[in-house]
Amino acid sequence: MSLLNTLILTPFLTALLILAIPGNYRFVIRCLALLGSGFTAVLGTVLFFRYAPGTPGYQFDESAIWVSSSILRLNYHVAVDGIAAGMLLVTALVGFAAVAVSWEIERQSKLFYLLLLMIIGGALGAFASLDLFFFYFFNELALVPTFIMIGVWGRGEERTYAAYKITLYLTAGALVGLTGLIALYSASGASSLDLLDLQRQVAKTPIAPAMQSFIFLCLVFGFGTLVGLWPFHSWAPQGYACAPTATAMLHAGILKKAGLFVLLRVAYPLLPDAVAQWSWILGVLCVGNLLYCGFVALRQRDLNLLIGNSSLAHMGFAFLGLASVNVIGITGTVLVMVSHALLAALSFALSGWLRHQTGTTDLGKMGGLLRRMPFIGTVLVLCFLAGCGVPGFANFAGELSVLFGAWNGLPVIVVAAAWAGLILGGVYMLRALRQILQGESREPLKGVLDAVGLWRQLPFALLAAGLLFFGIFPNVLVNRVKPAASAVVRLATTLTPAAPVKAAPTRTAAPAK
Amino acid sequence: MNYSLLLVEILVAVLGLGVLLADLWIPAEHRRKLGYAAAAGLTLIFFVGLSDVTETSYAFTAPGARTGMYVFDSLSVFFKEFFLLAGIIVMLLSVAFSDRFTTGVSEFFSLTLFALLGMLFAASANDFVLMFAALELITITFVVLNSYQRNRAASIEAGVKYLILGALASAIMVFGIALVFGSANTTNFNEIFLAQKQLAGNPVFLAGLAMVLGGLAFKVAAVPFQVWAPDVYQGSPAPATAFLAVGSKAAGFVLLLRVLFGVVPQITAQWNHLLVVIAALTILYGSLCAIPQRSLKRLMGYSSIANAGYLLIGFASVSKAGAAGVLFYLGGYLFTVLATFTVLCVILRHTDSDDISSLAGLGQRSPVLAGVLSLSMVSLAGIPPLAGFFGKFLLLKSIVMLGVRDPAYYCLLAVALLGVVISLYYYFGVIKAVYWGGGAVDLSPIPLDWPVRISLTVCVLGMFWLGVFPDHVVKLSTPAVEVLKPEAPASLHEKGR
Repeated sequence: MSLLNTLILTPFLTALLILAIPGNYRFVIRCLALLGSGFTAVLGTVLFFRYAPGTPGYQFDESAIWVSSSILRLNYHVAVDGIAAGMLLVTALVGFAAVAVSWEIERQSKLFYLLLLMIIGGALGAFASLDLFFFYFFNELALVPTFIMIGVWGRGEERTYAAYKITLYLTAGALVGLTGLIALYSASGASSLDLLDLQRQVAKTPIAPAMQSFIFLCLVFGFGTLVGLWPFHSWAPQGYACAPTATAMLHAGILKKAGLFVLLRVAYPLLPDAVAQWSWILGVLCVGNLLYCGFVALRQRDLNLLIGNSSLAHMGFAFLGLASVNVIGITGTVLVMVSHALLAALSFALSGWLRHQTGTTDLGKMGGLLRRMPFIGTVLVLCFLAGCGVPGFANFAGELSVLFGAWNGLPVIVVAAAWAGLILGGVYMLRALRQILQGESREPLKGVLDAVGLWRQLPFALLAAGLLFFGIFPNVLVNRVKPAASAVVRLATTLTPAAPVKAAPTRTAAPAK
Repeated sequence: MNYSLLLVEILVAVLGLGVLLADLWIPAEHRRKLGYAAAAGLTLIFFVGLSDVTETSYAFTAPGARTGMYVFDSLSVFFKEFFLLAGIIVMLLSVAFSDRFTTGVSEFFSLTLFALLGMLFAASANDFVLMFAALELITITFVVLNSYQRNRAASIEAGVKYLILGALASAIMVFGIALVFGSANTTNFNEIFLAQKQLAGNPVFLAGLAMVLGGLAFKVAAVPFQVWAPDVYQGSPAPATAFLAVGSKAAGFVLLLRVLFGVVPQITAQWNHLLVVIAALTILYGSLCAIPQRSLKRLMGYSSIANAGYLLIGFASVSKAGAAGVLFYLGGYLFTVLATFTVLCVILRHTDSDDISSLAGLGQRSPVLAGVLSLSMVSLAGIPPLAGFFGKFLLLKSIVMLGVRDPAYYCLLAVALLGVVISLYYYFGVIKAVYWGGGAVDLSPIPLDWPVRISLTVCVLGMFWLGVFPDHVVKLSTPAVEVLKPEAPASLHEKGR
């Protein structure tokens, strides 16, 4: 079996294995889950480094006919471009880290690991799929596990409410997005929902502009909701705050990015007229993410809500890069997606550790923890500095590229908002650091423990190392992303000629196979 | 006459009579085993009784006529397989449930078989008279099945409600058939199809047709003939409810397919807005009323109304793609609903309450039952990787592009999406009760006997099979709808891609 298929199938096969083991063999189940997700992480890393940088188009191409009948044709089609390579790498890494930090789960751990592996496999499948049906299919696999995980292993009194809220928001968004995808398929006249088919068909006969607008808006608002686009974002902080650590890591880090991914893969390349007409919407709404969510984060007294809102503010940068519609901006968006995946996962992993040790996430009740937990404290400093966008961390490269892109393409006021968002981020991140790590050590916190030993430290070290690696060598990522980003921008800016064209346009349907 | 066409029906009738007769000689404590025998018999019929369709053939033909009352074609075979499969699982359910009947276990089995016989005839009806006879067989057997727990007032209530409202619907339908016969001079589907151009302008015929559709809408529980469903679902014994929800509903839908797309497609094309409105109202009614429900069976009643609405989307699309979507959706619905009711049968035996709160602690008591119930709720809600998702995908796909020409379809689409989001709320309420519903008192494990295990396995495999590998059933349902001839309505007539 090919590398990519093995990568996608490993979590599912591990889940099947776990299903066969009786629920009281907790240690065996945990070891299997660690093994499966660890193998996935290795495969993801191998895939990322085996991906040949600097070349446009898709690699590791695999396809099989899934449904072929007169009413519908579906292909199972997976392949990797630069954007997907980065996302698959961080998905595999964060997936492993999420399994590794779940040592605290004691109740019904069999079900927990089943659901967790399902989320990981679904996310990997979604980022690898070229067929839009399978993208949606894999992406939705996370929905039910999220609901059950928040309900059963979640935190706080409000968790049932939060579970419903996250589920209903995500479903509503996904369904609107699905409408857009089906409309795209029907309007293009392509024979299947395969992205390459759609691209060929659209290159031959572009979709009518009015239809393009309908599809584009469905995709932006539908899949934007999945990302937490302002004003459809309120599910996110509360959902994360109530979710168990692993779920919050995967959701904030990985699943959110699927919405951006489909905008990059589908909405931009296939609907150029709608991009020209409507991309300003993203430019306006991203200010909501940057400033509104930034200010909300500033007011939070709870660490999880602070991280949740700051992650929404970071998504503002991703949308800003999309709105700029140029190569450097789009590349920046992908860099933000990748680096924020590591950042958000690391933040929630740390907050999970703090909560488990101190029994609270209230910032006012913490203090002086750096002395008691030097390892966790150090990683927390690294993590929050990365969150401020300090050079040397992956986020810096992404946010800087986005700002460059926005400067070229967008009004100054939007850039100013992004700049203000960065400053806000600095304020609340540093303030939280001071409240958690410095100052008087409180009496109830005498017994807290640091992460000791390789197994406990590994997930944190892995994610922090990822942030540092891409911060110091951003070119490793940029070389892979840029050709894909250029292709997206080229297709997104090739407008349909005003007069109806009889002959096939001369532009190519790149990125070709 | 070619009796080999009716082989399945004859075998099922013989099986039903056989069960009834065997009751005379078998001592009371062994009568439960008759259910196993009936299930085994049905399985045998399922695998050997159905021949492949090479061409459409007719039975009960009048001398010299080229058509008959009974048709054997790809559509009827699809539904015969559907009904037999449902019958097998329901029979296993009935056995699992039968210790709750005080009297007449074997009559319950044999009545279930006769209801199945009615459904098999409905799948092949090619004449309004045979259609009516098949539906009456279904209705009357279900009146008895629904009120079978004579010592429970709720069961009697369900039977009486079904009797009165069912009789009303039958009366409306038979009146409609009389008007159709009076104006068309025939009740044969093919002959009416040939004459529909003249009949389309005849108000008597249209009134008759509308009344026939009303009778069918009662069967599928579509607005405005849906009021009976929740009460009857709640009161009836669980196996009867399961068969009502799957078999009787599908019988209504196969006849709707035949009448709307096979008999009067030109008139259907003019009535497409009516179908859009009915579908939208049915979805909204079912979804909104399900929100406050506390009883799982009643919830399934409202859910069955909402699902009737989704299925009607396929009719509103007035296309073969929509009709194929209806067939696929029903296939998924079969496994999903029967899985739910299998779990319900087991739970009812242990808790004696179908209140959703009584599901609390099921996640610990029986991870298998909890998992299956959650999977079926997820499938009903239409979330991948289960059957319900692919069915909804096909149905939504059939109307998305129609909205460009006719905005009514955008409204229907919006209502359908809203309905899905609402339905998530109440379906996930069940999952919540299963895994973290508070107040569980009894945490003893629930044992599962083997008929229940078989039924659960078949249903779960079916749900995953249709959800993950839909190719096979899509390939079955596409040729099955080839015998139908839907015509695009005038509002959608434009050259398109």
